Amino acid sequence: MFGAIDQVAKSKEDHMLRYSQGRDVWADPILNLQRMQEEMNRLFGRFGTMTEAGEYPSMNVWTGEEGAMVTAEVPGVSPENIEVTVHRNTLTLKGRRDEAAPTGEEVTYHRRERDHGTFGRTIALPFPVDSDRVEASFRNGVVKILLPRPEADKPRRIKISNA
Amino acid sequence: MAEQAIHGDVARMETTRALPTFTPSTDIYETGDDLVVMVEMPGVGADGIDIKLDNRTLMITGCGETTTIEGYAQTYAEYRDGNYHRSFTLSEDIDEERIHATMKDGLLKLTLPKASPPPTKTITVKAG
Repeated sequence: MFGAIDQVAKSKEDHMLRYSQGRDVWADPILNLQRMQEEMNRLFGRFGTMTEAGEYPSMNVWTGEEGAMVTAEVPGVSPENIEVTVHRNTLTLKGRRDEAAPTGEEVTYHRRERDHGTFGRTIALPFPVDSDRVEASFRNGVVKILLPRPEADKPRRIKISNA
Repeated sequence: MAEQAIHGDVARMETTRALPTFTPSTDIYETGDDLVVMVEMPGVGADGIDIKLDNRTLMITGCGETTTIEGYAQTYAEYRDGNYHRSFTLSEDIDEERIHATMKDGLLKLTLPKASPPPTKTITVKAG
């Protein structure tokens, strides 16, 4: 099976090829590295904005003394289709991703890589959150949520006095 | 010629910022009049997108923004900021003058109207 692919790979005409079998790695290192990264993307999660565990959306968390910031990738989801809730130390994101083509229209799909439907995800933070001061903002398909810690819960520096 | 196209593509993709380039998820559908390409590029604004149509090769590149916040350290990561790139070979003739693209909430919608086919010519056959 790979023999046939090998033949195709050798002819430089086919630059859409995804297989790396039998290719001369040293022929063009930059091109090959790029191909390798593309293949890695396809293999490990990044192809589709999902985490390794198959959860959506993917999140990043920043923490500091003041609290935490959570960002999530929700491309194509409009702000009115997403709901952010905070309870004690848990953050929940719920929403809906619409299909590419408007409903009711007769279309033929050539490629369908994006997912659609409802999603929900809850994460636990290492501290309780002051829910009154939580701020969420949207920009270019990324939701950014600022989660401040309550004043009473913040770490306090203890002065050490000489005995 | 094909080789030239490949090398040109690679040279253009070299960016000064050391960010990874991802393959974004894409939906492509066809209606009666148009071919619609939808590409998910979270973190990319309208000014960070570069679209080129060379003959039948459509190249889409997006430059993402990096997220940082003063006084905070990243403690958990599931995704990385980066750039996006994809190229497709189109099978149909596209009316290049009427292509339009919109970027909303990190989703690029590219509408490529099909070129109207040249008028059919009927050849009359005379009996010899």
